[in-house]
Amino acid sequence: MIPATNLLILGAILFSIGVIGVLIRRNAIVIFMSIELMLNSVNLTFIVLARQLHSLDGQIFVFFIMTVAAAEVAVGLALIISAYRLRATINVDEINLLNG
Amino acid sequence: MVTVLLYLFGILAILSALGMVFHRNPVYSALFLVVTFFSLASIYALLGAQFLSIIQVMVYAGAIMVLFVFVIMLLNLRKEVRLPIGKPAQVIFGVIFGLLLFVEGLLIIKSGSISGTLGRYPQAKVNVIGNVEALGNLLFTKYLFPFELASIILLVGMIGAIILGRKKMPKEL
Repeated sequence: MIPATNLLILGAILFSIGVIGVLIRRNAIVIFMSIELMLNSVNLTFIVLARQLHSLDGQIFVFFIMTVAAAEVAVGLALIISAYRLRATINVDEINLLNG
Repeated sequence: MVTVLLYLFGILAILSALGMVFHRNPVYSALFLVVTFFSLASIYALLGAQFLSIIQVMVYAGAIMVLFVFVIMLLNLRKEVRLPIGKPAQVIFGVIFGLLLFVEGLLIIKSGSISGTLGRYPQAKVNVIGNVEALGNLLFTKYLFPFELASIILLVGMIGAIILGRKKMPKEL
C-alpha cells in the first residue's frame, strides 16, 4: 500500500517551495522555474489521487498540464529574451515600465 | 521496498527544490530543478504511471530544461549572479508566507480523507491492459476534443515564441 497522505504532503511541500521561490527571487528565469516546480507538484497530487480513486482521468489531466506547460515555457522564455533586449537585465525589480 | 524508494525520492525532490530556490547562480538552479524532475519521474513510475514518468523525463527534464539552460547561456547574467537572492525583509516575509501556505495545506490534507466514487480503472486492471494502452484508449475517445485543442495550443505557443524572439519587427507589421 502506498503512503498516499504523505505523498500529498510532499506535493504541498513542493508547492510551498515554489511559492517561496516566486516571492523571494528577483531573477525572472528562476521565478519561472519556481512556477514550473508548482505545476509539477500539482501533477504529483493528480497522479496520487487518480491512483487512490481507481481512475485514469487524473493522469490524462497531467498529460494536458504538461502540454500547456511546454507551450507556456516557449512563450515565456521568448518574452524574457525580448525584455532583456530592451533593458539589458532580467531583474524583475528593474523591469517596471509597461512601454519599451 | 516501494515505500522506502518513495520516501527516498521524495526527500531528494525536496532537497533539490530547496537548492533550486536558494542557489544564487541560475545555471545551478536549473540543474537542481532537473534533479527534482527526475525524482518526480521516479515517483510517478513507482505509482504505476509509467507513461507519464517517461513523458516527464522527455518533456520536462529534456525539452523544457534544455530551453531554460539555452536562455540562461544566451543572456549575460554576470552582474545578477553576484547579487543576493533578495532583500532581507523580502526573504523573511517570503519564507514566512510560504510556511503559512504549507501549514494551511497540511491542515486541509490531515482534516479530510480520500473518498469519492471509485473509477473503472483500479491499478490491478491497469497493470493487465497496460498503462499506455489504457491512457491511449481514454485519450482518443473520451478526451478527443481536448487532445485536438492541445495541438492548437502548441501551435500558438510555437508561433508566439517565434514572433517574440525575433530581433526586430519588420516595418509593415
